[in-house]
Amino acid sequence: MKGVKIALRVVLAFVAAFCISHNPSAQSQPSSSYAITHAKIFTLAGAPIEDGTLVIRDGKVAAVGANVEVPPGAQVIDAKGLQVYPGLFDPITQMGLSEISAVNATVDTSETGAFNPDVVAATAVSPSSEHIPVTRAAGITEVLAVPDSGGFDGGGSRGVIGGQASAIHLAGWTINDMLIKKTVAMVVVWPEIRTRTFDFATFSRREKPFGEAKQEYEKQVNELADYLEAARHYAQAMGHGGPSDFQRDVKLEALAPVVRGQLPALVFADSARDIRNAVEFCEKQKLKMILAGGEEAYKVKDLLRSKGIPVILRPTLSLPPEEDDPYDRLLSQPAELASAGVKFAFGSFDNSFARRLGQQAANAVAYGLPYDQALKAVTVYPAEIFGLADQLGTIETGKVADIIVTNGDPLELTTEVKYLFIKGQRTSLDNRHLRLYEKYLNRPKPGN
Amino acid sequence: MKFPSALVVKRSRSGLLGLLAILALPLLVRGANPPDAPTVILIENATILTVSHGSIEHGSILIRNGKIAEVGASIIAPKDAQVFDAAGQYVIPGIIDCHSHIAVDGSVNEGSISVSSMVNIADVLNPDDIDIYRDLAGGVTVANVLHGSANSIGGQTVVIKLRWGQPASKLPFEGAVPGIKFALGENPKRSNFSIPGQTPRYPATRMGVEETIRTTFAEARDYKKTWDDYDKRVASGDKNAIPPRRDLRLDPLVEVLEGKRYVHAHCYREDEILMLLRVAKEFGFKVRTLQHVLEGYKVADEIAAAGTGASTFSDWWAYKVEAYDAIPYNAALMTRRGVIVSINSDDAEEATHLNQEAAKTMKYGGLTHDEALKLVTLNPAMQLGIDKRVGSIDVGKDADLVIYNHDPLSAYAVVQKTLIDGRVYFDRQRDIAEREPREKEKKALMEKEKKAEEKKPAERKPGEKKPGEEKPKDKPKPPQASAVLGGAQ
Repeated sequence: MKGVKIALRVVLAFVAAFCISHNPSAQSQPSSSYAITHAKIFTLAGAPIEDGTLVIRDGKVAAVGANVEVPPGAQVIDAKGLQVYPGLFDPITQMGLSEISAVNATVDTSETGAFNPDVVAATAVSPSSEHIPVTRAAGITEVLAVPDSGGFDGGGSRGVIGGQASAIHLAGWTINDMLIKKTVAMVVVWPEIRTRTFDFATFSRREKPFGEAKQEYEKQVNELADYLEAARHYAQAMGHGGPSDFQRDVKLEALAPVVRGQLPALVFADSARDIRNAVEFCEKQKLKMILAGGEEAYKVKDLLRSKGIPVILRPTLSLPPEEDDPYDRLLSQPAELASAGVKFAFGSFDNSFARRLGQQAANAVAYGLPYDQALKAVTVYPAEIFGLADQLGTIETGKVADIIVTNGDPLELTTEVKYLFIKGQRTSLDNRHLRLYEKYLNRPKPGN
Repeated sequence: MKFPSALVVKRSRSGLLGLLAILALPLLVRGANPPDAPTVILIENATILTVSHGSIEHGSILIRNGKIAEVGASIIAPKDAQVFDAAGQYVIPGIIDCHSHIAVDGSVNEGSISVSSMVNIADVLNPDDIDIYRDLAGGVTVANVLHGSANSIGGQTVVIKLRWGQPASKLPFEGAVPGIKFALGENPKRSNFSIPGQTPRYPATRMGVEETIRTTFAEARDYKKTWDDYDKRVASGDKNAIPPRRDLRLDPLVEVLEGKRYVHAHCYREDEILMLLRVAKEFGFKVRTLQHVLEGYKVADEIAAAGTGASTFSDWWAYKVEAYDAIPYNAALMTRRGVIVSINSDDAEEATHLNQEAAKTMKYGGLTHDEALKLVTLNPAMQLGIDKRVGSIDVGKDADLVIYNHDPLSAYAVVQKTLIDGRVYFDRQRDIAEREPREKEKKALMEKEKKAEEKKPAERKPGEKKPGEEKPKDKPKPPQASAVLGGAQ
């Protein structure tokens, strides 16, 4: 009996150890301090530090530099030969909102109906999503979960106001641990003039005259304008009158910070015409605009620069929008935008391809973008664009310690992330793919 | 998001754009003229990654009559040679994409029935597909152009060279063994394509997929016997022998049984992989390649034992249930267990950076530089039975070569030139130089078109755009999953 108990205890201990080490969102150690020593540190807030030390304490960067003392009690990681960077930031994903894109039951990306300003991504982010550890193993430490953002994992039809994008760390037991900021932008899917549609009722293609399609587009834009106008009135009424004579409308309430210009509108548009229309519209409506997509942003680069509108670029690894575009249109666009002074960040617009974020940036370098711009466009620029740069994006004292330690250029295909810190906690690099790899690596030869 | 296979006319991760590109009036056909006939070319001072016998620093390759005539450390340029100084650059054999849907005019799926072996992709090759040029610019020289995956037994397939500017008749790879597409799992059982109000097509389960393949091969075997009997009677001088009725559906399957046609089978899960290997054994044919084969790593020993190749993705996963156990270590794990593995694109865009996709196997599973490069050159050549002609830089092989400005297994490498049969089909400098004149030419043509329309407004059809009105340019952005779920894959 005793033997059984001991055996059981061993098994339980083993199971417990397994659970701890394999929990996808585990922050396996309690809050403590770390010193990463002898590393080349790319702070992105100044020149790289050769043989530097980074001290992390209470979730924050406590000190960084060449002559920093290792505090007593700190766990020391000798990173000789390794490089330290801020964790990568993917500003458009469906992280936690979509698990298997073909299975509706696992997809919570897009609400029905045209106007959903009150839906919030953070509400539906599943902290147990297998995508989270897979993505962070690629060095991505924070993302925006963006409702209605399309993409491979993005679900189907899209509305006009898609909901609120949430900024999250890629680790945490619950969304409360993960959350950087619940609402960082309001998604607006700019209406397109569509002459070709697909009718699911008859399962056939439908062609529409241009005039008719344009009318529909104008109708949608007018509805959007009306909706914003209602929100504006609502925002003015808020705070006036007593609770009894004020009927609450959660949708319009959600839009109030948008119409006041406090919360940016993340506007999805790709063609030059759509971008121009969206810019004009946002200016008239006094919205703070961030462009998402921007396949033809290069055609309106002067407009974007002069209005100070930043862009989250759709993957550079995409075919050109037009048949007679240069074959490298989207690969060379970042270089063109950078030299025109347009601020941009790279986004994956996806979940399962989020780990290609570094590859996207590196490919833009191959086609002319300065390397330091590419690196910033996956770290500090997205943080700046969404107003999170006071906490994230660079390695500076007082900032949140979202840090990666790599054996090389974090944008290069073959580089490995050796250590990863999220909110100052050393975070597991284990993930579904690694587990399956190790399991089948050790599969015995099948018997005959 | 559930797009019917019929809708996905052309496969690309940008979904319907390809369809629109076809429907749009092509203003210009780039590279309408194929490059000049092969001359003598010497590529010198390059880092040559031969794939078959290591690499040569500051090496040279001599090309004569479209073939590799010499490879070595120093070759003296013949008088008539055109010389490319490739100092600081890398040369590799042309990339071979073992799973492509480019150059197909119209739908890749005859999706109405589960056995569509009577149709042939070779009949609908479109040499003007711009994706040929785009993939060429990504270093691809050979593509295995496949039928879609809506069918347990799909259509016939063809291997092409990306000879941009040549007519359709010049695209097929001469002498390459033709293929046929099989598909297992979610696509042939139409898991993601239910049509409201329509009776589901048989098969609707993996059990039914096996049954469909077995029943069809039983038929094919009987059919073959009727022909064998007839041939015997004719050979023995029987003048009254009546030939059996030709069956266009079974003919290609008889070729499979005779080893004259390769089976390229789309599959994901370990159980369906073993199922097909069992059925193949039962009927005495070989599965040449398992395509996608995302759970191949789970049954790598069985695949190796069957002598079957595996052609997979680098890091795609989770777009459907059968892709949820996909891991980027797949290629490396199968390689280590003795399977001949290639990395394919299944997508016109993905094909433009197969070199990068191959590189990922060094990180995920620790393949060597050489092994990684083989995944997109020599290994797919072996899988397609064309390795005597292409796949490595060896004397006597076709001069299908790619010149990069960096190590091709890096995200920073850009293709400078792509040669097929010793002809320069893609040249980055030339492409860049031609952009401005092309843009001018396009503007002039549009101007001309506009003027022509202004002259005869009465002939305008209803719904047609007015002169000067902005060209409608709708670009529906379906989920990229349409590419994968469209059943083409």
